[in-house]
Amino acid sequence: MAEAHPVGFQWVMEAKRRGAKIIHVDPRFTRTSAVADLHVPIRAGSDIAFLGALVNHVLSNDLDFREYVVAYTNAANVIDEDFRDTEDLDGLFSGFDPEAAQYDPVTWRYQPPENPTEDQQRREADLESDEVRTGGQYPGAGHKESHQAARSESHGSGGAPVSWKGRRDETLQDPHCVFQILKRHFARYTPEMVQEVCGIEPEQFREVADALTANSGRERTTAFCYAVGWTHHSVGAQMIRTASILQTLLGNIGRPGGGILALRGHASIQGSTDIPTLFNILPGYLPMPHAAQHQSLDEWVSADEGKAGFWGNVRSYSVSLLKSYWGEAATADNDFCFDYLPRITGDHSTYNTVKRMIDGTTKGYFLVGENPAVGSANGKMQRLGMANLDWLVVRDLQMIESATFWQDGPEIETGELVTEDIGTEIFFLPAASHVEKAGSFTQTQRMLQWRDKAVDPPGDARSELDFYFELGNRIREKLAGSTDEMDRPILDLAWDYPVDEKGEPDGQAVLREINGTGPDGRALSAYTELKADGSTACGCWIYCGVYAEETNQARRRKPHWEQDQVAAEWGWVWPANRRILYNRASAAPDGTPWSERKRYVWWDAEKGRWTGADVPDFIVDRAPDHVPEEGATGPDAIGGQDPFVMQTDGKAWLFAPLGLADGPMPTHYEPPESPVRNPLYGRQNNPSRRKLSDASNPINPSYSDVFPYVFTTYRLTEHHTAGAMSRTLPYLTELQPEPFCEVSPRLAAERGLEHLGWATIVTARTAIEARVLVTDRLRSLRLGDQVVEQVGLPYHWGRNGITQGDSPNDLVNVTMDPNVYIQDKVGTCDIRPGRRPRGPDLTAYVEDYRRRADVDMDDPTNGRTD
Amino acid sequence: MGAKTFIGQWPLLRQVTGADRLGRGKAAMSSRSEHLEPRTVEADEVVDSVCPFCAVGCAQKVFVKDGKVTQIEGNPASPISRGRLCPKGSASKQLVTSPSRVTKVRYRRPHGTEWEDLDLDTAMDMIADRVIRTRKQFWEWEDEHGRRTRRSLGIASLGGATLDNEENYLMKKLYTAMGAIQIENQARI
Repeated sequence: MAEAHPVGFQWVMEAKRRGAKIIHVDPRFTRTSAVADLHVPIRAGSDIAFLGALVNHVLSNDLDFREYVVAYTNAANVIDEDFRDTEDLDGLFSGFDPEAAQYDPVTWRYQPPENPTEDQQRREADLESDEVRTGGQYPGAGHKESHQAARSESHGSGGAPVSWKGRRDETLQDPHCVFQILKRHFARYTPEMVQEVCGIEPEQFREVADALTANSGRERTTAFCYAVGWTHHSVGAQMIRTASILQTLLGNIGRPGGGILALRGHASIQGSTDIPTLFNILPGYLPMPHAAQHQSLDEWVSADEGKAGFWGNVRSYSVSLLKSYWGEAATADNDFCFDYLPRITGDHSTYNTVKRMIDGTTKGYFLVGENPAVGSANGKMQRLGMANLDWLVVRDLQMIESATFWQDGPEIETGELVTEDIGTEIFFLPAASHVEKAGSFTQTQRMLQWRDKAVDPPGDARSELDFYFELGNRIREKLAGSTDEMDRPILDLAWDYPVDEKGEPDGQAVLREINGTGPDGRALSAYTELKADGSTACGCWIYCGVYAEETNQARRRKPHWEQDQVAAEWGWVWPANRRILYNRASAAPDGTPWSERKRYVWWDAEKGRWTGADVPDFIVDRAPDHVPEEGATGPDAIGGQDPFVMQTDGKAWLFAPLGLADGPMPTHYEPPESPVRNPLYGRQNNPSRRKLSDASNPINPSYSDVFPYVFTTYRLTEHHTAGAMSRTLPYLTELQPEPFCEVSPRLAAERGLEHLGWATIVTARTAIEARVLVTDRLRSLRLGDQVVEQVGLPYHWGRNGITQGDSPNDLVNVTMDPNVYIQDKVGTCDIRPGRRPRGPDLTAYVEDYRRRADVDMDDPTNGRTD
Repeated sequence: MGAKTFIGQWPLLRQVTGADRLGRGKAAMSSRSEHLEPRTVEADEVVDSVCPFCAVGCAQKVFVKDGKVTQIEGNPASPISRGRLCPKGSASKQLVTSPSRVTKVRYRRPHGTEWEDLDLDTAMDMIADRVIRTRKQFWEWEDEHGRRTRRSLGIASLGGATLDNEENYLMKKLYTAMGAIQIENQARI
């Protein structure tokens, strides 16, 4: 965190000054480790084993926060008796279809409540019906296919919709209740297993476990911070799930000083997820319609509509979005233009799209402030894809590698591509910098902060707002008068934004559209005001309120010294300017604070309202003892002790009965390329991982002597992602002038690597070179009777810029998490002293490695583990 | 300058006799440095901004003189950053003023070996034509199972995490109306 989010790290240091213990778990010793109380070196990719053992430690020693767990989580829920655990099936859960490498989650569900309503029964019958589940006449459709389309990610603002709250046993003794299932599932995740899988000594593990449990409970809370060290894995979503389970068991969610804090890597990566430039979701985590399930507005909203919690009002959010998109044209008679939305049918994520480019079925590409030739996994795949386009538009500040691959890319050097043969037409359009346009970023804690414009962009440089507005205008002009039905969504689009004297669209008008307006045309204040009848419009329901009272709330800049520590008048946080989500859980079931020390939001019985330091994340006048009426729906169905108001059962999930593609609980699997066998199960890898079969994406066979080492990639403080914003700046280049690899002294001796000399690092994809840093920062790890060495690679470099070098992402294979289609950045490699071969010799060198490792090029993703 | 004044300006004497006993302020100044002012003082305008690198969201103050950015500093009023910037945030002025920044449209024709000049208006028109052409070429009303899809898989887009919310909003809105679904950003990478 000190390396990649240095200014945020000041708060960790503040906490340390006040007595907090800081533990840093990371394969490398960094500036964070240097000031932490404890550095725990771990083998990259083994975090579920480590966190799972902490879960086991809590459960086997009764160290959970029992009152919190019973009241606020699904620990008491009783699960279908047909459910089978990975302990029963050697690494598989029940419902696995080996053909499709997918799960059918029907046996993971809650047992029904004693008296299910008719509506609940109908929904459950739907879930059970083979036709819906398997898509009936359409093979691969239905629930299973929707998992495949990253549907789980559309629950970014709440869990998957379950049919009912289900039967509960609050004594936690029922053998089929979540608490008991969880206990059995993690029973073999012991400190000794942690040593064998992660390379962490049992004494060190106990030190972490003791610190964590001693610092959780009524009086104290513990926070977890993570970044792409957890997400960039074929089991990434489940790594974070393991931490969620741990934090929920310890009562560290919804309370001050608690939580699991995702430290995101770009200025508005949170914003671009909330208002997504992503294939599977629409603004506010509404799912993109799936052709198998959603052919009408009713079908589109049916999964959530009427269920308990705020997702129950999904129709209001959806209709209001359609009104923002198509304005007057969207009416009740035409389903508010639902049919104008294109439908997805599976994985249309970035890597799959690149594969389509290679295959010639996607021919036009916009790159907007992104440099996949350096920043995406397997750079060769990226470049081969771009070399096969009809046209490519690159918008950036600097001439990035993704715009120049046809001139000087690595494949030009080897002769795999020839400039004159590349038919891609390329437009490089200069972009405006952050001070040359006005707009809002959403930072990592969901806070929108507005930037004013300082100066005009130079020359042809324009903002993206200007570019897309102008592009839309030109397309609409060119298609004007078309009677073709396919052009209606473009011609009917609400695309009328005020412009200034230079013709630039007004960003605040766009923010106001995102906020939403009511029947009187005035800006709305809260998403609870949204209607399903078409009388309101709202571009992103979770952002409703950012323009309340016709004021840009994101522009607020009241100094922190004039506010309390919540600082509610700086910027605006979604939802409803609420700083800590699910903060009803900061009070006990009866509504009183868990402790004076951790007081945050509580029930004021006299006034009959929730109150406190933050905006309460609860219906403000719902009493703690409220029991919803039978058959209640939406927010009315939230009980007084259901703090997790975006979940359809109001509870935090220790076990996910629905919504995850690779199991209801996390399970340790090895990365797709690994030097060791999985000691926990016969299953080596995540059985549901998504492979991408292409000749440019061969996988190193696991446990191969040819590729005996682990490598992983990471950031440096002085550089930024794919480097376009840092390798081009003289100050930063001077601070960190050259690519390098980090190796332990033992590995250096084993391979004859010299400090400050050159090394060649090779995988089945390619070989790169870097300067060698021999350092104790990377430790040799002892796993059982095996020593595992890791090679650390900062990934910021490419062939352009003031400082140049090979790109470590060229080494990375594309194997993806099945929930979110994120690649696994951990792989195996060889490392040798000296520079890599040049030109066609490089191709021959890598081919020789593939041959010696017995990589099957007819089946390139076969890592010999299944 | 008289001898008395000369001796009186001797920094050590000023440090010993004046208020600045540690010699880290006024005592260490020469007559030149005493009159120096930071370039932030000369700014015509100070504009509120936010650092464009990682997602912590440090507040910045942008100093502008004669229509040019002269300095970018941390804003002490921010409850997030309290005025601090890391090496990247501190270097962010160079994002604006970098000599290698490209400010003119560049065009590479199919099979071309060099970049060419192209004016922005022509480029915009050519791009709009290509979008319309490729969208139509790959248009699909139904998938192979006869399910309505109303889309075009011919066009893709990557990027958004470095852009503003308002920009992402217009992008997704326009792409969705076009029927383009392969819209992605850094969140998955």
